Amino acid sequence: MATATATSPAASGTSSPTTARARRNGRALGILAWLCGIVFFLPFGWMLLTSFHSEQDAGTNPPKLDAALTLHGYREFFGSGTGVSPWPPLINSLTASIASTVLVLVLATPAAYALSVKPVRKWTDAMFFFLSTKMLPVVAGLLPVYLIAKNTGMLDNIWLLVILYTSMNLPIAVWMMRSFLADVPVAVLEAASIDGAGLPTVLVRIVAPIVAPGIAATALISFIFSWNELLFARVLTGVTASTAPVFLTSFVTSQGLFLAKVCAAAVCISLPVLAAGFAAQDKLVQGLSLGAVK
Amino acid sequence: MSTPSITRWAHHPRIARQPAEIPSPSRRGPRGAWARRAPLLPALIFMIVVTQLPFVGTLVISFMRWNALNPSAKGFTGLDNYKEEFTDPQLRSALSTTVVLTVTVVLVSLALGLGLALLMDRKFAGRGAVRTLLITPFLVVPVASALLWKHALYNATYGLINGSLTWIWSLFGSDSAPQPDWLSTSPKLAVEASLIWQWTPFMMLILLAGLQSRPTDVVEAARVDGAGTWDIFRYLTFPHLRRYLELAALLGTVYVVQNFDAVFTLTSGGLGTANLPYAVYTTFYQAHDYGQASAEGVIVVILSIIVATFALRSVSSLLREETL
Repeated sequence: MATATATSPAASGTSSPTTARARRNGRALGILAWLCGIVFFLPFGWMLLTSFHSEQDAGTNPPKLDAALTLHGYREFFGSGTGVSPWPPLINSLTASIASTVLVLVLATPAAYALSVKPVRKWTDAMFFFLSTKMLPVVAGLLPVYLIAKNTGMLDNIWLLVILYTSMNLPIAVWMMRSFLADVPVAVLEAASIDGAGLPTVLVRIVAPIVAPGIAATALISFIFSWNELLFARVLTGVTASTAPVFLTSFVTSQGLFLAKVCAAAVCISLPVLAAGFAAQDKLVQGLSLGAVK
Repeated sequence: MSTPSITRWAHHPRIARQPAEIPSPSRRGPRGAWARRAPLLPALIFMIVVTQLPFVGTLVISFMRWNALNPSAKGFTGLDNYKEEFTDPQLRSALSTTVVLTVTVVLVSLALGLGLALLMDRKFAGRGAVRTLLITPFLVVPVASALLWKHALYNATYGLINGSLTWIWSLFGSDSAPQPDWLSTSPKLAVEASLIWQWTPFMMLILLAGLQSRPTDVVEAARVDGAGTWDIFRYLTFPHLRRYLELAALLGTVYVVQNFDAVFTLTSGGLGTANLPYAVYTTFYQAHDYGQASAEGVIVVILSIIVATFALRSVSSLLREETL
């Protein structure tokens, strides 16, 4: 239980058997937490291990834990067997994710400013409009988007995905950036402008330090969701603009051994998200909670 | 402690800051109002053009007979597509699948996430490492995770689950371990389990942040006053956590209801696992029935609006407290 810490003042004031019991409980809960962590990590751990096995060792029953390690799966991912390079889809994914993230920030920051520091009238209505677009299933707009893209020659074009991913992440970004901008002390802003500080000074000296963590969290979330997206990428891209998640599905074949290869590909494609998420765990929380948690 | 609602409002991170006196825009005249609105407009217009206009297109096409494989028969049919939808057992099945899938995944991962968050909200050796282990599932690309579950875990002949069963049975000298084909014997459970694995860390992170924003001085005071662990959870922790539970459930619902990757990869919508997004996808992408797919899309949107109305009401408390 969250509150059963052995070091609380109340516990220290009581007799020692209670303290010892609390400490034992604490240790048991610590072990339980470790066990849960391992259980949740296990499927990924298995994928990681399998990715370093040969195809023959990967598909055994019972599982071979001590099989020889090899980079064969990774070499296959980078095209050693088929000659298909993973770089075009990876670069497409990077382009779509980074470009849409930049566009999201460019659009969301001023919008959030107009919803917090100098709020427009009925700013809550605007907030709910943004959030409600997030609740509309993307699949409902898929067909018209497809038809428009087809008729304007935008099919199989990575910039179409950039636009769609921007619309996917913009509502989250507006909510997050607003919650960070709402922390900007308006009185200080006004005092600064009365004292003759120009807008650039105000932005750099007062606004930026408060908002920078928000920008980082927004960028992280926006990048992750864009990188992960499959439905639009599958329907709207073909050969040239195909992204990494679509590429990943191509490793599954109807015949032959492919488990180690798929695991290696899955690890490689998840790597950017894993690295970014591990490095910025607190930003991840801020982003996921739309900035409600700081 | 007798008024948990007050502690709940007072210590929420959002309440600490009140917007300063907001001068009424109307006093500044129309030019001031537009100057205020200007920064908002690009984002607003972008969202309307990219998300609302296509939906108008969907609405129009939903009243049309339009199959890409038979373009000559294109024309308006009124409500025919909708009539067909409501008599189609597949759509009804997709509807109930979506509800069951979403409710199961959100509730189970919320409960597991709460348990894990409570475990993580204490000091113990290696807490940071355990947190990293726990959030890994959420950071695996969804389609990669679906492939992992399908081929490396569920596969009947070489998946880890059946492999482990073989191994455990062999410990007892038996070579007749059960080897069920998980994806065909319990397809819904298989999809749900993989999604719960992915979404529990998400719930845990939000709830853990909620727990850590809880005022410790009040908890200490309650403990000094002799409150037990359960009382503290019931009357202090839980009321404080309620809004975080609501937020986590809402966001989880928004994402899980739209799930496509897991259904598409694990079962290809077979065996009663096709949810609404997958149904729309197949009608459009495989049957090329544009009119029918649009009608399905419109139905999905109407249902989403119903769900969203309830969901938004709970989120609105996040904003209301600020405008008080």
